[in-house]
Amino acid sequence: MSSAPVRFGVVVFPGSNCDADSYHAISTFPGASVQYLWHKDTDLKGVQAVILPGGFSYGDYLRCGAIARFSPIMQSVIDFAESGGLVMGICNGFQTLVEAGLLPGGLIRNTGLKFVCRYVNLRVETTDTPFTSACETGELLRIVVKHNEGNYTVDPETFARMQADDQIVLRYADAAGKQTEGANPNGALDDIAGVCNEARNVFGMMPHPENSVEAELAGGAGGRALFQSIIDTLMAREVAR
Amino acid sequence: MTQRATLEAAIKLGLTEDEYAHICAIQGGEPTYVELAIYSLMWSEHCSYKHSRPVLGRFPTSGPRILQGPGENAGIIDVGDGWAVAMKVESHNHPSAVEPFQGAATGVGGIVRDIFTMGARPCVSMDSLRFGELTEPRQRFLLDGVVGGIAHYGNCLGIPTIGGEIYFEPSYEGNCLVNAMSAGMIRTDNIVRAIASGVGNHVVLIGSKTGRDGIGGASVLASQEFDETLEEKRPSVQVGDPFTEKKLIEACLELIHRHLVVSMQDLGAAGLTSSSSEMSSKGHVGLDIHADRVPLREADMEPWEIMISESQERMLAIVTAEQIADVREVCERWDLDCTVIGEVTDSKMLRIWWHGERVANIPARRLADESPVIRTPSVKPGYIVDEPVAVDDAVYPRPKDLGAALTQLLAAPNIASKRWAWEQYDYIVQANTMQIPGSDAAVLRIKDSQRGIAFSNDCNGRHCYLDPYRGAKAAVAEAARNLVCAGALPVAVTDCLNFGNPEKGEIYWQFEQAVEGIAQACEALDTPVVSGNVSFYNESFGQAIYPTPMIGMLGVYEDVSVHVDDAFKDDGDVIVMLGAEAAWMDGSEYQKVAYGKVEGRVPDVDLQLEVELQNKLRAAIEARLLRSAHDCAEGGLSVALAECCIASGSTGGAQFEDPEAPRSRDGRWLGADVDLGSAAAVAGAAGRPDLALFGEAPSRVIVTVAPELLGPLDEVLGRLPHRVLGRVTGTNLRCTMQGKELFTVPVGELHSAYESLPQRL
Repeated sequence: MSSAPVRFGVVVFPGSNCDADSYHAISTFPGASVQYLWHKDTDLKGVQAVILPGGFSYGDYLRCGAIARFSPIMQSVIDFAESGGLVMGICNGFQTLVEAGLLPGGLIRNTGLKFVCRYVNLRVETTDTPFTSACETGELLRIVVKHNEGNYTVDPETFARMQADDQIVLRYADAAGKQTEGANPNGALDDIAGVCNEARNVFGMMPHPENSVEAELAGGAGGRALFQSIIDTLMAREVAR
Repeated sequence: MTQRATLEAAIKLGLTEDEYAHICAIQGGEPTYVELAIYSLMWSEHCSYKHSRPVLGRFPTSGPRILQGPGENAGIIDVGDGWAVAMKVESHNHPSAVEPFQGAATGVGGIVRDIFTMGARPCVSMDSLRFGELTEPRQRFLLDGVVGGIAHYGNCLGIPTIGGEIYFEPSYEGNCLVNAMSAGMIRTDNIVRAIASGVGNHVVLIGSKTGRDGIGGASVLASQEFDETLEEKRPSVQVGDPFTEKKLIEACLELIHRHLVVSMQDLGAAGLTSSSSEMSSKGHVGLDIHADRVPLREADMEPWEIMISESQERMLAIVTAEQIADVREVCERWDLDCTVIGEVTDSKMLRIWWHGERVANIPARRLADESPVIRTPSVKPGYIVDEPVAVDDAVYPRPKDLGAALTQLLAAPNIASKRWAWEQYDYIVQANTMQIPGSDAAVLRIKDSQRGIAFSNDCNGRHCYLDPYRGAKAAVAEAARNLVCAGALPVAVTDCLNFGNPEKGEIYWQFEQAVEGIAQACEALDTPVVSGNVSFYNESFGQAIYPTPMIGMLGVYEDVSVHVDDAFKDDGDVIVMLGAEAAWMDGSEYQKVAYGKVEGRVPDVDLQLEVELQNKLRAAIEARLLRSAHDCAEGGLSVALAECCIASGSTGGAQFEDPEAPRSRDGRWLGADVDLGSAAAVAGAAGRPDLALFGEAPSRVIVTVAPELLGPLDEVLGRLPHRVLGRVTGTNLRCTMQGKELFTVPVGELHSAYESLPQRL
C-alpha cells in the first residue's frame, strides 16, 4: 500500500519534555510523518492525529495541566477532538485532557507520594479504539511509567458508565496479566492506566509508549503497537474514502 | 549609600587583614562597599580556589580527544562523528545540609547551566551523595529531601538522571555531600566559551528576575565550617524554578546554534559579580554593568545586593547590536526576561553603575586572577598507619554462618540496592538510555550513530580516610573499571574534591595525597581531568568528613551495541574471575558491618595490572565474548556474585516490584555454583574463608561466558591472571572452598536483603 504517510502533530508547551521523544518515536514508523505544534499557535497544520506529550506544561506548580488547558493550541485541540480527530495524551498530556474535560476523571498524587519511574505491564482491555486496534485483548505491553501524579480516580457513577461503555483501555497488571497490588505503581482506581472518551477518539495514558519503540534501548519496544494502531486506523480511513 | 568599606566590614565579609590590604593596594585606597563585597566573594575559597590552585596543577589535563580542559564552565571531549561531550561535576554540600530539597535541586540546576552555557544539550545527570548513618532521623530527612530535590529539578528539565552513588558514614552526619554531575552532547563546531569580546557589544541578562535569595551563598555557606548557627543560614540557600530553567535551556541553545550570541556565561556562585568579572578578565576587555537596569523581585535592593545575589536561572550573554532584536525575539517566544544591562568597553575595568553614579571600578583581571594563593604546610595525621591490620581471630572472630554474613552485607545501606532513590528519577527520557541504574555504568547511545557513551562515578571515602593517596587512586581505577565492565573505553575525568578545612595541616595533607593519587591513576589510564570542583570546609563542630575525592568518568564506544551489564544470563554460563587474587579486611564494608571497625591500610592499586585488566576485558566485550561483567567492590567477591544473581531477575535490565514477575530468560532468578579455591592463595585473606568471600581489593572483575566461548576468551585474556570460579546454575548461590561447602542461599533471600533499604527509611 503506497498511501501518503499519516500526519502526526506533537504539541509543545514550554515545559514539555517528552515532545522530542514523541517526535522521535513517530519518526521511527515508515507510515508516519510528524511536526511540532507550538502552544501559542492555534493552527493544527492539517495533522490527522494530535499527541499531547509528557512533561510539565507550564511548570505545573499548580495542578498538572490546569494552565495548559487554557493555552491557544488547546482551544484548537478541543475543537479537533469534538469533530472526531484522534487525540492521544501521554502522562502530562493525559492530565491536560482531563483538565480540558475531554476525558473523565482526574489524576491525583501517587499513593507513595514520590515520583516513580518504573517498568510496568499494561494489559490491553479493549482493542475497540483507534489506539489499540493493532493489539490483542489481554495482551501485555511493557512500558515505562514516570510521574508524580498518575493516580487515576473517578466518581463511582462515571466509573460504572465507563466500564459499561468499554472506556477502560489499559490496566496495570503483573507479568501473568493479573491485577495485583505490586503491579500498580501509583494507586490508580482499579489499576487504570489509560482511558478513552465515549466517542473513542480521545485517549489518555500515564505510561510513556514513546520511550518504548526501539528494542535496542532499555525502554524496549512495548509501545509500538499503540502508534501502529493510530497509523493503521488513519490509513484505513484514507483508503475508505 | 553610607556603608563604609573598612577593615571591620571586610572581616565581616570573610576577608582577612592581608587580603584587605591587598584590595586597598589594587584600588589605591579604601574601596567602595560594592567593591569590597565583590572582592569578598571573588576571593572566597569557593570562587578563587585559593587553597587548591597550587596543588591542582598536578593533574594531567590534555590529550588528543580533549577539546576543552579545566578553566571553562565544563570540559569538552571529542567522542567521534563530529560529536563531543561537555561534562562537569559540582558540589552543593552546604546548601543541601541546610535545606536538603532546594539545596540539591539548585545543585542540579547549577551544573546543568554549566553544560548548556557551552552550547551542549544536557543528556545525563548523576549524583554522588553522602550522609550520616540512616539510624539517625535527621539523616533520613536529609536523604529524603536531597533525592526528592534532585528528582524534582532533573525530571522537570527532561534530563535523565541515570544513577549515581549513595554512601552512609558517621563522618558525614553534620555535613552531607551532594555532588551533582551533568554532561551534554554538542557538535564540535558549536562550542561557545565564556569570553567577552567586541567593544560596544551589549551585556544581556536573560532569565529570572534578581532577588535577595542566595545572597552570600558562596561565601557564607561554601567557604566556612558549620556550627550551631546552621538554621540561621537558611536564607542563604537559593530556591530553584526548573520550569524557567527548562525554558532557558531551549532559548539559550537556540541562541547559540543560530550564532546569535558572542559568548555566554551562567550566573552561579557570586551571581552577576563572578560571571561579569570572569567574562571580562578572560576577554581582556572591560564591562560596564548598570545595576539599576537589572529586573528585580524586590524594588529596594542595594547595588551590592544585586551584584552578589545568587538568584537561580539567569544567564549573561554578550550580543552585538545587529543581533539584539533576534535575541529578544527568541527570549520573548520562551517568555523569558531579556534585558540589556551593560556594554563591553576597552577599559579592562569592571565598572558598576547605579543611576548614573559609578559605585565600583575594579581591574577585572586582577579581581579574577590575583586572589591570594595559600598553601597550608601539610601534616600527616596521627591516625594514619603504614601496615594492614593483623586479622587476629580474637579481635575479628570468624563468623559461624557465612550465608548469614553475606545477607547481612547485602542489606548494609552502603551495599543494598538504591532502587528507592533512582526510581524517583526519570532515567529514560530523551530516548538514549541503554543501561538503566543499578549496574556498573550508565550507557547511552548517540542518535543516528553507532557510537555511544558511558558514565560512572566512584569514591570510597573510608578508603580515602585510611590512605588518601591509595583511596583516591583506587577511585579513579574503579570508575574506569566500571566503564570497562560495560564495554566502554574510559577517556576523561571530572572530579569533585570534598575535604575538610584546608587551613588545617592534616586536611591539607589529605588533599595533597588525594590529588597525587588521582594524578597518577589518570596518567596511567590515559584519562585527563577536564573539569571539576573543590569543596573545602566540609566540617561541623570541628569534625571533618572523610576525604571524598569523587571521580566522574566518561567512556566511549565506537559501537555501543557491544555493551553488557552485570546480570547473569543463562544457565550453564561459565563464571570467570579476572585480575588480582587478593581480599583485604582493611577499610572493607565487612570490617565495618561485622566488626564495627574502620582501620588498617587499604591495598594499593597495581596500575600496570589494572591497565592490562581493563584492556583485555574491553577487548573481550568488543569481541562479543562475554555475557556479563561486574566489578568486585564493596563486600568483595561474594557480594559481586550475589549482585549478578539478583540482577538476573531483571528483564532488559529492570526489575519488577512484583515478586511474581518473570526472572531471566526462562522466567526465574539464576543462581551460581562457585568454588573459591584456597583462601591461603588469596593475598590479605590470612587463610580465612570469610575474607576470601568478603575482603576487598582493587582490580577484580567477575565475568560470564558461554561454555563454547571459554577457549576464545582464554586467548584474549592471555597472561592476565584469571580463573574459572564455577557456573551459572539453579536458583541458589552456592559457594565452596576446595569442594567444602561454605554456604548455599536462595537468590530470593539475597534479593530480599538487597532490596531492604526502604524498610529502614
